[in-house]
Amino acid sequence: MSADLCHLTIDELAKLLREKKVSAPEILEAHLKRVQEHDGKIGAFLHVNAEQALAQAKKAQELLDGGRGVTALTGIPVGIKDVIVMDGTPSTAASRMLEKFNGTFDATVVTKLKHAGAVPFGKLNMDEFAMGSSTENSAYKKTTNPWDTGCVPGGSSGGSAAAVAAGFAPVTIGSDTGGSIRQPAAFCGVAGLKPTYGRVSRFGVIAFASSLDQLGPFGRTVKDAAHLLQFMSGYDGMDSTSVDRPVPDYAAAHDRGVKGLRIGIPKEYFIDGMDADVEKAVRAAITELEKQGAKTVPVSLPHTKYAVATYYLVATAEASSNLARYDGVRFGYRAKDPKDLADLYIRSRGEGFGPEVKRRIMLGTFCLSAGYYDAYYRKAQQLRWLIRQDFLDAFRSCDVIASPVTPSAAFRFGEKSADPIQMYLSDIFTISCNLAGICGLSVPCGFTGKGLPVGLQVLAPHFAEELLIQTGGAYERATDWHRQFPKL
Amino acid sequence: MKLDVGNVRKIASLARLSVTDAEAEAYVTHMNRMLDYVAQLSEVDTSKVPALEHAVEMDTPLRDDVVRRPFDVVRGLENAPAAELNMFRVPKVIE
Repeated sequence: MSADLCHLTIDELAKLLREKKVSAPEILEAHLKRVQEHDGKIGAFLHVNAEQALAQAKKAQELLDGGRGVTALTGIPVGIKDVIVMDGTPSTAASRMLEKFNGTFDATVVTKLKHAGAVPFGKLNMDEFAMGSSTENSAYKKTTNPWDTGCVPGGSSGGSAAAVAAGFAPVTIGSDTGGSIRQPAAFCGVAGLKPTYGRVSRFGVIAFASSLDQLGPFGRTVKDAAHLLQFMSGYDGMDSTSVDRPVPDYAAAHDRGVKGLRIGIPKEYFIDGMDADVEKAVRAAITELEKQGAKTVPVSLPHTKYAVATYYLVATAEASSNLARYDGVRFGYRAKDPKDLADLYIRSRGEGFGPEVKRRIMLGTFCLSAGYYDAYYRKAQQLRWLIRQDFLDAFRSCDVIASPVTPSAAFRFGEKSADPIQMYLSDIFTISCNLAGICGLSVPCGFTGKGLPVGLQVLAPHFAEELLIQTGGAYERATDWHRQFPKL
Repeated sequence: MKLDVGNVRKIASLARLSVTDAEAEAYVTHMNRMLDYVAQLSEVDTSKVPALEHAVEMDTPLRDDVVRRPFDVVRGLENAPAAELNMFRVPKVIE
């Protein structure tokens, strides 16, 4: 029973809870046991807070016993990316800078999940400050891909994706600044959704690039991701960039079907040099959606080739400002025996940050510095306007856009880490979505010849998450990729 | 635009980052490659294009200015690298 509980969907777990066949603490214990047995090989978790989680699971069980205040998430364990602050829990963003940092409050998403009766139970590994595409930039540990432990899980939310694939948690939360939910979801064969900018509160999230960062759900199914999104979304007075719009019933969109839906196929997202197995799987997925009544239309996103360059100017500039707060004074790492205040700042930052974080702070500082602002940062913001306009134009002739998530499946450790630009280019299909602020989904759509998962990306206009869930749902009901699990 | 070690050291000082000689050399290589890569943006005529600051249209939300206590001093100092007498402790600023 115990191992079985770790491969069920939220709806299946909720049914067992309602029928009293299992209790919320039992579901949690089953997942904790699986983490204990197998995470040595996967390395998804940086920290497990079993005691707090057990107390929360008991509270959830009381709600279930009383039959009041029960939601789709009551009693469901949720893994949390370490970029999200939780009260009384280490919250390090996988950085030495925050090695001793303990959350002193709950991020809004954590509060919302707890109110829904969900059971947050651990912090998941990631690239330091969410900067990376393989989780190799974590200051603490390596996370492996559960489908092939010689391969990366993707990043930056590598722990969140690997945990779901490995059956450590039915759902997890990640963050996506340039693809950090969708790319690891594709690499690990799970569903991952990046909501529209402003859909989910960022209060209590350790900032990387504030105009791009957004939290989103991972699940083994699109339906599970929809359930989690339901309780993450909504306006928050503590985040002035969260948007005050009603939250629709996301799970209900899952079964709407795609009859008559217009799917845009962007020619710029099917490029030379793409892995043939990836292209084949993605094209087959699109054909499956056509079989169900969707119509495909060719669309063009002409500024796609500028997206990576635009992103690395905008994101590094914002990162250099956001990370100015780590000065060794109020929290975080402080260098030993500083000779004066300047020395304290300079050495605390030099010693506390890892190499990729420092590279990005340097580039961001340069492109915001006097004399270079217009040539770099402002130019990038103008390109960003054009990239968003590409999508607004494309969405006049289609409802959603379909593409691969990445040009290739999961790569091997070390394969790209020696060359940062090669690593950056692995995000080429996911980055534009963040620059435009729209929403996107990665759905498992098959495997390469080597047995590595492939992801179909679906993009939709601002606040049209229902269309993502509708499209992903239709595909998921017709296929069984989401019912295949890696052997640990 | 080509950066040299001197430029990189200046940027590092603006960013308040200590850098070793080896790091400075590595930044020169990396940053010059990145600047070469982003130079492609100059192909695009943006003379009539506005700069996008917010991807999603949003109003500036207003709220009453209410004093709140998110947490007390003790909790606020929980993560301090050095604290004394309920305050953050730092090296002497004025001689």
